[in-house]
Amino acid sequence: MTKFEFDANRLIDASLPLLGLELSEASRAVVELHLETAELLWRAVRDFPLEDEAEPAPVYTA
Amino acid sequence: MSLATNLMSALEIRAAVDSGEASAREIVEATLERIEALNPKLGAFTDVTAERAIAKAAAIDARRARGETLGPLAGAPFAVKNLFDVAGLSTRAGSLINRDRAPAGADAILAARLEAAGAILVGALNMGEYAYDFTGENAHDGPSCNPHDLRHMTGGSSSGSAAAVAGGLAPFALGSDTNGSIRVPASLCGIFGLKPTYGRLSRAGTFPFVASFDHLGPLARSVGDLAASYDAMQGPDARDLAQAARPIEPTAPGLDGGLAGLRIARLGGYFARGGEPAAFAAVDRVAGALGATQTIELPGTEAARASAYLITMVEGAALHASRLRDRADEFDAEVRDRLIAGAMLPGAWVVRAQKLRGWYRERVAEAFADVDILLAPATPCRAPLIGQKTFVLDGREMLIRPNLGLFTQPFSFIGLPVCTVPVWTEGVALPIGVQLIGAPWREDLVLRVARALEREGAVRAPIGEVA
Repeated sequence: MTKFEFDANRLIDASLPLLGLELSEASRAVVELHLETAELLWRAVRDFPLEDEAEPAPVYTA
Repeated sequence: MSLATNLMSALEIRAAVDSGEASAREIVEATLERIEALNPKLGAFTDVTAERAIAKAAAIDARRARGETLGPLAGAPFAVKNLFDVAGLSTRAGSLINRDRAPAGADAILAARLEAAGAILVGALNMGEYAYDFTGENAHDGPSCNPHDLRHMTGGSSSGSAAAVAGGLAPFALGSDTNGSIRVPASLCGIFGLKPTYGRLSRAGTFPFVASFDHLGPLARSVGDLAASYDAMQGPDARDLAQAARPIEPTAPGLDGGLAGLRIARLGGYFARGGEPAAFAAVDRVAGALGATQTIELPGTEAARASAYLITMVEGAALHASRLRDRADEFDAEVRDRLIAGAMLPGAWVVRAQKLRGWYRERVAEAFADVDILLAPATPCRAPLIGQKTFVLDGREMLIRPNLGLFTQPFSFIGLPVCTVPVWTEGVALPIGVQLIGAPWREDLVLRVARALEREGAVRAPIGEVA
């Protein structure tokens, strides 16, 4: 299996036309940092054991 | 009138107006004078509604003169974060862009309910742009400054709300809390803040951020004012689809019920690391005052906080998608670039984060089978300096703006009621807060414990002496 490495810049390049957005170089660096942070946090969510039957809570009642 | 109105609680003001010791008009005029004098230093208010406040005060005085019964908050000035609709004002939500919106035709429902209880709206308050902020630094209106040391942050995003209350410009104010935006500034400014249960108070007439997590609530210098204002805001409102079908459950009658029978534990694990010693010392102080010796851990908290973070990024980006496309240059760059990053995240990440939300809610509900109140730090540190971008937690340098709420996010994630209480250390100018966390719908218990701590003197909310 190919080892996956997250590349924020590739994600940015692919997403910008789809979203209809442009980025300055300064903003690109900041967005890259935020995406890398998000990907790190995603790992905690991705790796957390959840049953397939776990229900999402898009409309939430406490 | 010789009353020090800036030091008075809303309930003390109500008593003074009711007894004739002061008129509502005198209270409002003194409040407006103080706002005029101190707001340039504090950056708390973005709009002062002097004319309507004076008219409202005159109406209250007229009611008293006619011998009519006054409302439970009669004469008490308050203000609202500027994401609440105020009739005649554009609801700017801390942004430049929203100033193009038509003026609101009516007040947000919670402001209207407070005015129906006799409180007097004196203005709208500064906030972090679109509530995506924990610092209280607004790129368009300037920062709110901490009344206990103007060089320091208020925290955000309810920054003006905390500055106004801690600076003695109003006894209480309303804020919003998506990931900690009431509790973080309450902690850094040394006041009490209540984030009610998700679905308790109507959000109608407020500008949203993350609908899954958005809460509204009061900040105040006394627990009595928190309870009185919270009680006045309860009630059904069909316009907020997330509002739960709960009866009005007043908290004021049981506020002095004390600690008897309550099981209180402090949180370990995630909540006992990643902060400065002051954060944990504050929890020690509160736990000691409450006689809480038990420590428990909540499983999965790190993943829960991560889930809240990701959902916030994506829902926030979805809300602002068209503005990001059409008016990107008008955003605060720090907010805009976070939102753009959120627009790029896969949808499957959010769905899994929402699944984890349900899982975490169930685990925390199990913990509440054995305890009534949980204790945790409100912020990882005291107020950083205005302009400071990073801090070091557990040896790791981290951005302040997204991370001041790392202890608050897990509880807004699952909608629990939380009261933040202010802790002071002898010889230290800045306070820090502790969260009192309850099971869903137990605002009464978190307020009761806060009141017990206040009466004991373990927590307090003095006004900052703004030079």
